[in-house]
Amino acid sequence: MPKVKVPRKSTSIDMTAMTDVAFLLLTFFMLATKFKPDEPVVVDTPSSISLIKLPETGIMQLTIDKEGRVFYTVDGQQTRMKALEGMGAKYNIKFTPEELKQFALESSIGVPLASLKNYLATAPEERKNLKLTGIPSDSLNNELGDWIWQTRLANNQVRVAIKGDRDANMPTVKRVIETLQEKNVNRFNFITTLEK
Amino acid sequence: MAEIEGGGGGGHKGGKKRGKKLSTRVDFTPMVDLGFLLITFFMLTTTMNKPQTMEINMPDKKVKTEDEKTKVKASQAITLLLAKDNKVVYYFVDEKTGEPGTPFIEEFGPKDIRRVLLQENRKRNPYVDSIGIYKDMLNKGSITEDQYNGYVSGIKAYKDGLIVVIKAADNAKYENLVDILDEMLICNIGRYAVVDITEPEIDMLKTVNLN
Repeated sequence: MPKVKVPRKSTSIDMTAMTDVAFLLLTFFMLATKFKPDEPVVVDTPSSISLIKLPETGIMQLTIDKEGRVFYTVDGQQTRMKALEGMGAKYNIKFTPEELKQFALESSIGVPLASLKNYLATAPEERKNLKLTGIPSDSLNNELGDWIWQTRLANNQVRVAIKGDRDANMPTVKRVIETLQEKNVNRFNFITTLEK
Repeated sequence: MAEIEGGGGGGHKGGKKRGKKLSTRVDFTPMVDLGFLLITFFMLTTTMNKPQTMEINMPDKKVKTEDEKTKVKASQAITLLLAKDNKVVYYFVDEKTGEPGTPFIEEFGPKDIRRVLLQENRKRNPYVDSIGIYKDMLNKGSITEDQYNGYVSGIKAYKDGLIVVIKAADNAKYENLVDILDEMLICNIGRYAVVDITEPEIDMLKTVNLN
Protein backbone atom coordinates (compact mmCIF):
# COMPACT_ATOMS: atom_id res chain seq x y z
CA MET A 1 0.00 0.00 0.00
CA PRO A 2 1.36 3.34 -0.84
CA LYS A 3 1.84 5.73 1.99
CA VAL A 4 -0.79 8.41 2.05
CA LYS A 5 0.90 11.70 2.48
CA VAL A 6 -1.10 14.11 4.55
CA PRO A 7 -0.50 17.51 3.09
CA ARG A 8 0.98 19.80 5.65
CA LYS A 9 -1.21 22.77 6.09
CA SER A 10 0.15 26.06 7.22
CA THR A 11 -0.78 26.84 10.82
CA SER A 12 -0.84 30.53 10.26
CA ILE A 13 -4.18 32.28 10.33
CA ASP A 14 -5.09 35.59 8.91
CA MET A 15 -5.39 37.90 11.91
CA THR A 16 -6.90 40.85 10.08
CA ALA A 17 -10.47 39.97 10.96
CA MET A 18 -9.61 39.49 14.60
CA THR A 19 -7.91 42.88 14.67
CA ASP A 20 -11.05 44.39 13.25
CA VAL A 21 -13.18 42.86 16.01
CA ALA A 22 -10.75 43.88 18.72
CA PHE A 23 -10.64 47.47 17.64
CA LEU A 24 -14.37 47.63 17.08
CA LEU A 25 -14.91 46.55 20.68
CA LEU A 26 -12.23 48.95 21.82
CA THR A 27 -13.93 51.84 20.09
CA PHE A 28 -17.23 50.86 21.64
CA PHE A 29 -15.81 50.78 25.15
CA MET A 30 -14.03 54.06 24.67
CA LEU A 31 -17.17 55.81 23.52
CA ALA A 32 -19.80 54.20 25.70
CA THR A 33 -18.11 54.32 29.07
CA LYS A 34 -16.53 56.82 31.35
CA PHE A 35 -13.83 56.47 33.93
CA LYS A 36 -14.71 55.16 37.35
CA PRO A 37 -14.18 57.84 39.93
CA ASP A 38 -11.77 56.73 42.61
CA GLU A 39 -13.82 56.56 45.77
CA PRO A 40 -12.34 56.23 49.23
CA VAL A 41 -15.19 53.98 50.37
CA VAL A 42 -17.18 51.26 48.72
CA VAL A 43 -20.90 51.85 48.97
CA ASP A 44 -23.52 49.30 48.07
CA THR A 45 -26.52 51.35 47.03
CA PRO A 46 -30.06 50.05 47.50
CA SER A 47 -32.09 49.11 44.45
CA SER A 48 -35.18 50.81 43.11
CA ILE A 49 -37.38 50.76 40.04
CA SER A 50 -36.74 54.42 39.36
CA LEU A 51 -35.42 55.00 35.86
CA ILE A 52 -34.34 58.61 36.19
CA LYS A 53 -30.70 59.00 35.30
CA LEU A 54 -28.46 61.24 37.30
CA PRO A 55 -27.19 64.17 35.25
CA GLU A 56 -23.47 64.03 34.63
CA THR A 57 -22.50 67.49 35.72
CA GLY A 58 -23.41 69.83 38.51
CA ILE A 59 -23.80 67.15 41.16
CA MET A 60 -22.83 67.49 44.77
CA GLN A 61 -22.64 63.97 46.09
CA LEU A 62 -22.89 63.12 49.76
CA THR A 63 -21.86 59.55 50.44
CA ILE A 64 -22.96 57.82 53.61
CA ASP A 65 -21.14 54.60 54.31
CA LYS A 66 -21.98 51.61 56.50
CA GLU A 67 -20.28 53.08 59.53
CA GLY A 68 -22.20 56.32 59.28
CA ARG A 69 -19.35 58.42 57.92
CA VAL A 70 -20.24 61.20 55.53
CA PHE A 71 -18.13 61.99 52.48
CA TYR A 72 -18.49 65.02 50.29
CA THR A 73 -17.65 65.64 46.68
CA VAL A 74 -18.74 67.95 43.90
CA ASP A 75 -17.74 67.96 40.26
CA GLY A 76 -16.19 70.88 38.46
CA GLN A 77 -12.71 72.06 39.39
CA GLN A 78 -13.74 75.71 39.63
CA THR A 79 -16.59 74.88 41.97
CA ARG A 80 -14.33 72.77 44.17
CA MET A 81 -11.69 75.46 44.46
CA LYS A 82 -14.24 78.16 45.24
CA ALA A 83 -15.96 75.98 47.82
CA LEU A 84 -12.70 75.18 49.58
CA GLU A 85 -11.72 78.85 49.57
CA GLY A 86 -15.04 79.70 51.15
CA MET A 87 -14.60 77.00 53.76
CA GLY A 88 -11.08 78.23 54.51
CA ALA A 89 -12.33 81.77 54.97
CA LYS A 90 -15.06 80.61 57.31
CA TYR A 91 -12.80 78.48 59.50
CA ASN A 92 -9.74 80.74 59.27
CA ILE A 93 -7.56 78.19 57.54
CA LYS A 94 -5.48 79.52 54.70
CA PHE A 95 -5.12 77.11 51.80
CA THR A 96 -2.24 77.65 49.40
CA PRO A 97 -2.92 77.75 45.64
CA GLU A 98 -1.21 74.34 45.37
CA GLU A 99 -3.55 72.90 47.95
CA LEU A 100 -6.55 74.37 46.16
CA LYS A 101 -5.37 72.80 42.93
CA GLN A 102 -4.77 69.49 44.62
CA PHE A 103 -8.23 69.61 46.15
CA ALA A 104 -9.78 70.29 42.76
CA LEU A 105 -8.42 66.99 41.50
CA GLU A 106 -9.44 64.90 44.49
CA SER A 107 -12.39 62.53 44.75
CA SER A 108 -14.63 62.32 47.82
CA ILE A 109 -13.38 64.01 50.95
CA GLY A 110 -14.05 62.43 54.31
CA VAL A 111 -12.00 64.33 56.85
CA PRO A 112 -12.79 67.35 59.01
CA LEU A 113 -11.54 70.64 57.60
CA ALA A 114 -8.86 70.93 60.26
CA SER A 115 -7.11 67.80 59.02
CA LEU A 116 -7.75 68.46 55.33
CA LYS A 117 -4.34 70.10 54.85
CA ASN A 118 -2.68 66.98 56.18
CA TYR A 119 -4.89 64.77 54.02
CA LEU A 120 -4.02 66.71 50.87
CA ALA A 121 -0.32 66.51 51.67
CA THR A 122 -0.42 62.73 52.00
CA ALA A 123 0.37 60.72 48.92
CA PRO A 124 -2.62 58.76 47.59
CA GLU A 125 -0.93 55.42 48.32
CA GLU A 126 -0.46 56.27 51.96
CA ARG A 127 -3.96 57.49 52.56
CA LYS A 128 -5.14 54.02 53.47
CA ASN A 129 -3.31 54.45 56.75
CA LEU A 130 -5.07 57.71 57.52
CA LYS A 131 -8.15 57.47 59.62
CA LEU A 132 -11.08 58.85 57.68
CA THR A 133 -13.57 60.09 60.20
CA GLY A 134 -16.05 61.50 57.76
CA ILE A 135 -17.20 65.09 57.65
CA PRO A 136 -18.61 66.22 61.00
CA SER A 137 -22.35 66.74 60.71
CA ASP A 138 -23.54 66.91 64.32
CA SER A 139 -25.34 69.98 65.53
CA LEU A 140 -22.35 71.38 67.47
CA ASN A 141 -19.92 71.26 64.61
CA ASN A 142 -21.83 71.01 61.38
CA GLU A 143 -19.11 71.28 58.77
CA LEU A 144 -21.28 69.40 56.30
CA GLY A 145 -23.77 72.25 56.35
CA ASP A 146 -21.02 74.72 55.60
CA TRP A 147 -19.75 72.57 52.73
CA ILE A 148 -23.25 72.48 51.28
CA TRP A 149 -23.61 76.21 51.70
CA GLN A 150 -20.22 77.05 50.19
CA THR A 151 -20.83 74.70 47.28
CA ARG A 152 -24.10 76.38 46.54
CA LEU A 153 -22.40 79.77 46.69
CA ALA A 154 -19.79 78.52 44.25
CA ASN A 155 -22.35 77.00 41.88
CA ASN A 156 -25.97 77.88 42.43
CA GLN A 157 -27.15 75.30 39.88
CA VAL A 158 -25.78 72.40 41.87
CA ARG A 159 -28.02 69.41 42.56
CA VAL A 160 -27.65 67.29 45.62
CA ALA A 161 -27.41 63.54 45.45
CA ILE A 162 -27.23 61.28 48.46
CA LYS A 163 -25.47 58.00 47.94
CA GLY A 164 -26.14 55.87 50.96
CA ASP A 165 -25.15 52.33 51.75
CA ARG A 166 -27.94 49.80 52.22
CA ASP A 167 -26.96 49.38 55.81
CA ALA A 168 -26.32 53.01 56.62
CA ASN A 169 -27.98 53.81 59.89
CA MET A 170 -31.02 56.02 60.00
CA PRO A 171 -29.81 58.70 62.47
CA THR A 172 -26.95 59.65 60.14
CA VAL A 173 -29.22 59.72 57.11
CA LYS A 174 -31.66 61.85 59.05
CA ARG A 175 -28.87 64.20 60.12
CA VAL A 176 -27.78 64.66 56.53
CA ILE A 177 -31.34 65.30 55.34
CA GLU A 178 -31.90 67.71 58.21
CA THR A 179 -28.69 69.54 57.38
CA LEU A 180 -29.82 69.85 53.78
CA GLN A 181 -33.15 71.23 54.88
CA GLU A 182 -31.45 73.74 57.16
CA LYS A 183 -29.60 74.98 54.10
CA ASN A 184 -32.88 75.20 52.19
CA VAL A 185 -32.19 72.24 49.96
CA ASN A 186 -35.57 70.57 49.89
CA ARG A 187 -35.18 68.70 46.66
CA PHE A 188 -32.54 66.06 46.31
CA ASN A 189 -31.82 62.68 44.84
CA PHE A 190 -31.10 59.28 46.27
CA ILE A 191 -28.68 57.32 44.16
CA THR A 192 -29.89 53.78 43.62
CA THR A 193 -29.15 50.86 41.37
CA LEU A 194 -31.68 49.34 39.05
CA GLU A 195 -33.75 46.55 40.55
CA LYS A 196 -32.85 43.17 39.16
CA MET B 1 2.62 31.71 13.78
CA ALA B 2 0.34 33.90 11.86
CA GLU B 3 2.60 35.30 9.27
CA ILE B 4 2.57 34.13 5.75
CA GLU B 5 5.93 33.02 4.54
CA GLY B 6 7.70 35.88 2.94
CA GLY B 7 7.92 35.35 -0.79
CA GLY B 8 10.85 33.04 -1.26
CA GLY B 9 13.90 34.82 -2.48
CA GLY B 10 17.25 33.44 -3.35
CA GLY B 11 15.95 30.40 -5.10
CA HIS B 12 17.34 31.32 -8.43
CA LYS B 13 20.57 29.68 -9.28
CA GLY B 14 22.54 31.31 -11.97
CA GLY B 15 19.54 33.09 -13.34
CA LYS B 16 18.96 36.70 -13.89
CA LYS B 17 19.33 38.71 -10.77
CA ARG B 18 15.91 39.87 -9.91
CA GLY B 19 14.89 42.20 -7.09
CA LYS B 20 13.45 40.25 -4.14
CA LYS B 21 9.71 40.17 -4.18
CA LEU B 22 8.75 41.10 -0.65
CA SER B 23 5.43 39.90 0.61
CA THR B 24 2.98 42.66 1.37
CA ARG B 25 1.42 40.66 4.18
CA VAL B 26 2.03 41.85 7.68
CA ASP B 27 1.77 39.81 10.85
CA PHE B 28 -1.23 41.15 12.73
CA THR B 29 -0.80 39.13 15.93
CA PRO B 30 0.84 41.89 17.99
CA MET B 31 -1.85 44.29 16.87
CA VAL B 32 -4.55 41.91 18.08
CA ASP B 33 -2.68 41.63 21.38
CA LEU B 34 -2.58 45.37 21.69
CA GLY B 35 -6.26 45.69 20.83
CA PHE B 36 -7.36 43.23 23.47
CA LEU B 37 -5.02 44.71 26.04
CA LEU B 38 -6.66 48.09 25.57
CA ILE B 39 -10.14 46.55 25.68
CA THR B 40 -9.30 44.90 28.97
CA PHE B 41 -7.98 48.17 30.30
CA PHE B 42 -11.11 50.08 29.35
CA MET B 43 -13.40 47.39 30.66
CA LEU B 44 -11.75 47.45 34.05
CA THR B 45 -11.32 51.17 34.55
CA THR B 46 -14.59 52.53 33.28
CA THR B 47 -18.21 52.34 34.24
CA MET B 48 -20.98 51.59 31.81
CA ASN B 49 -24.12 52.92 33.29
CA LYS B 50 -24.97 56.21 34.80
CA PRO B 51 -26.37 55.77 38.29
CA GLN B 52 -30.11 55.70 38.75
CA THR B 53 -31.64 58.20 41.08
CA MET B 54 -34.82 58.78 42.92
CA GLU B 55 -35.99 62.31 43.39
CA ILE B 56 -37.49 63.39 46.66
CA ASN B 57 -38.96 66.63 47.84
CA MET B 58 -38.98 67.49 51.49
CA PRO B 59 -41.32 69.99 53.08
CA ASP B 60 -39.88 73.39 53.86
CA LYS B 61 -38.68 73.50 57.43
CA LYS B 62 -39.38 77.19 57.82
CA VAL B 63 -43.15 76.66 57.80
CA LYS B 64 -43.95 76.60 61.47
CA THR B 65 -47.35 78.14 62.18
CA GLU B 66 -50.32 75.82 62.58
CA ASP B 67 -52.46 77.28 59.81
CA GLU B 68 -49.62 77.15 57.30
CA LYS B 69 -49.20 73.44 57.79
CA THR B 70 -50.98 71.23 55.34
CA LYS B 71 -54.00 69.71 56.93
CA VAL B 72 -54.60 66.06 56.22
CA LYS B 73 -57.90 64.33 56.69
CA ALA B 74 -57.51 61.48 59.14
CA SER B 75 -59.36 59.08 56.88
CA GLN B 76 -56.96 59.75 54.04
CA ALA B 77 -53.73 59.16 55.85
CA ILE B 78 -51.80 56.04 56.60
CA THR B 79 -48.72 56.23 58.76
CA LEU B 80 -45.85 53.88 58.08
CA LEU B 81 -43.21 53.39 60.72
CA LEU B 82 -39.99 51.86 59.51
CA ALA B 83 -38.72 49.67 62.29
CA LYS B 84 -35.78 47.37 62.82
CA ASP B 85 -35.29 43.95 61.20
CA ASN B 86 -36.83 45.17 57.91
CA LYS B 87 -40.28 45.44 59.41
CA VAL B 88 -42.77 48.15 58.72
CA VAL B 89 -45.59 49.03 61.08
CA TYR B 90 -48.63 50.86 59.82
CA TYR B 91 -51.61 52.38 61.51
CA PHE B 92 -54.53 54.67 60.74
CA VAL B 93 -55.75 57.54 62.82
CA ASP B 94 -59.31 57.22 64.05
CA GLU B 95 -61.36 59.96 62.48
CA LYS B 96 -63.65 60.61 65.43
CA THR B 97 -61.28 60.40 68.35
CA GLY B 98 -58.09 61.45 66.60
CA GLU B 99 -56.33 58.61 68.36
CA PRO B 100 -53.95 56.32 66.51
CA GLY B 101 -55.48 52.94 65.75
CA THR B 102 -54.05 49.47 66.14
CA PRO B 103 -50.59 48.99 64.67
CA PHE B 104 -50.12 46.21 62.14
CA ILE B 105 -46.75 44.69 61.32
CA GLU B 106 -45.77 43.95 57.75
CA GLU B 107 -42.68 42.90 55.86
CA PHE B 108 -41.28 44.71 52.88
CA GLY B 109 -42.32 42.95 49.73
CA PRO B 110 -44.95 42.60 47.05
CA LYS B 111 -47.27 40.44 49.12
CA ASP B 112 -46.97 42.43 52.30
CA ILE B 113 -46.81 46.19 52.50
CA ARG B 114 -47.39 46.66 48.78
CA ARG B 115 -50.66 44.75 48.97
CA VAL B 116 -51.79 46.97 51.84
CA LEU B 117 -50.81 50.17 50.07
CA LEU B 118 -52.42 49.16 46.79
CA GLN B 119 -55.61 48.16 48.55
CA GLU B 120 -55.82 51.35 50.59
CA ASN B 121 -55.00 53.53 47.61
CA ARG B 122 -57.65 51.81 45.49
CA LYS B 123 -60.23 52.33 48.20
CA ARG B 124 -59.66 56.08 48.18
CA ASN B 125 -58.68 56.78 44.62
CA PRO B 126 -61.12 55.18 42.14
CA TYR B 127 -59.05 56.27 39.16
CA VAL B 128 -55.86 54.49 40.13
CA ASP B 129 -56.73 51.40 38.08
CA SER B 130 -56.86 53.40 34.88
CA ILE B 131 -53.11 53.97 35.09
CA GLY B 132 -52.71 50.39 33.87
CA ILE B 133 -54.97 51.12 30.89
CA TYR B 134 -53.03 54.26 30.04
CA LYS B 135 -49.83 52.25 30.30
CA ASP B 136 -51.17 49.77 27.75
CA MET B 137 -52.20 52.62 25.48
CA LEU B 138 -48.71 54.06 25.79
CA ASN B 139 -47.15 50.73 24.91
CA LYS B 140 -49.41 50.40 21.88
CA GLY B 141 -48.51 53.91 20.86
CA SER B 142 -52.01 55.36 20.91
CA ILE B 143 -50.97 58.10 23.35
CA THR B 144 -47.68 59.93 23.62
CA GLU B 145 -45.42 59.80 26.62
CA ASP B 146 -46.27 63.39 27.53
CA GLN B 147 -49.97 62.59 27.49
CA TYR B 148 -49.36 59.53 29.62
CA ASN B 149 -47.36 61.50 32.17
CA GLY B 150 -50.09 64.12 32.25
CA TYR B 151 -52.81 61.54 32.91
CA VAL B 152 -50.79 59.76 35.57
CA SER B 153 -49.87 62.88 37.49
CA GLY B 154 -53.49 63.94 37.32
CA ILE B 155 -54.59 60.65 38.85
CA LYS B 156 -51.87 60.74 41.47
CA ALA B 157 -52.91 64.22 42.57
CA TYR B 158 -56.53 63.15 43.15
CA LYS B 159 -57.64 65.13 46.17
CA ASP B 160 -59.14 62.32 48.21
CA GLY B 161 -56.35 59.87 47.42
CA LEU B 162 -54.21 58.10 49.95
CA ILE B 163 -51.63 60.18 51.78
CA VAL B 164 -48.71 58.27 53.20
CA VAL B 165 -46.73 59.56 56.12
CA ILE B 166 -43.37 57.84 56.37
CA LYS B 167 -41.52 57.89 59.64
CA ALA B 168 -38.29 56.07 60.17
CA ALA B 169 -37.18 54.81 63.55
CA ASP B 170 -33.53 55.21 64.43
CA ASN B 171 -32.82 51.52 64.15
CA ALA B 172 -34.20 51.23 60.66
CA LYS B 173 -31.80 51.07 57.74
CA TYR B 174 -31.37 53.44 54.85
CA GLU B 175 -32.37 50.63 52.51
CA ASN B 176 -35.80 50.53 54.15
CA LEU B 177 -36.35 54.19 53.41
CA VAL B 178 -35.42 53.76 49.77
CA ASP B 179 -37.57 50.63 49.56
CA ILE B 180 -40.62 52.37 50.90
CA LEU B 181 -40.12 55.34 48.58
CA ASP B 182 -39.89 52.79 45.81
CA GLU B 183 -43.23 51.33 46.87
CA MET B 184 -44.74 54.81 46.51
CA LEU B 185 -43.65 54.75 42.87
CA ILE B 186 -44.88 51.22 42.31
CA CYS B 187 -48.24 51.80 43.97
CA ASN B 188 -48.75 55.11 42.14
CA ILE B 189 -49.08 57.06 45.34
CA GLY B 190 -48.49 60.69 44.55
CA ARG B 191 -48.74 62.19 47.96
CA TYR B 192 -46.35 61.11 50.64
CA ALA B 193 -44.02 62.76 53.08
CA VAL B 194 -41.01 61.72 55.10
CA VAL B 195 -41.43 63.07 58.59
CA ASP B 196 -39.62 62.72 61.90
CA ILE B 197 -40.86 60.03 64.24
CA THR B 198 -42.56 61.17 67.45
CA GLU B 199 -42.42 59.87 71.02
CA PRO B 200 -45.86 58.20 71.02
CA GLU B 201 -44.87 56.32 67.90
CA ILE B 202 -41.65 55.08 69.45
CA ASP B 203 -43.79 53.85 72.34
CA MET B 204 -46.11 52.21 69.85
CA LEU B 205 -43.16 50.34 68.37
CA LYS B 206 -42.34 49.17 71.89
CA THR B 207 -45.80 47.66 72.25
CA VAL B 208 -45.18 45.49 69.20
CA ASN B 209 -41.66 44.62 70.35
CA LEU B 210 -39.95 46.43 67.52
CA ASN B 211 -37.90 48.90 69.40
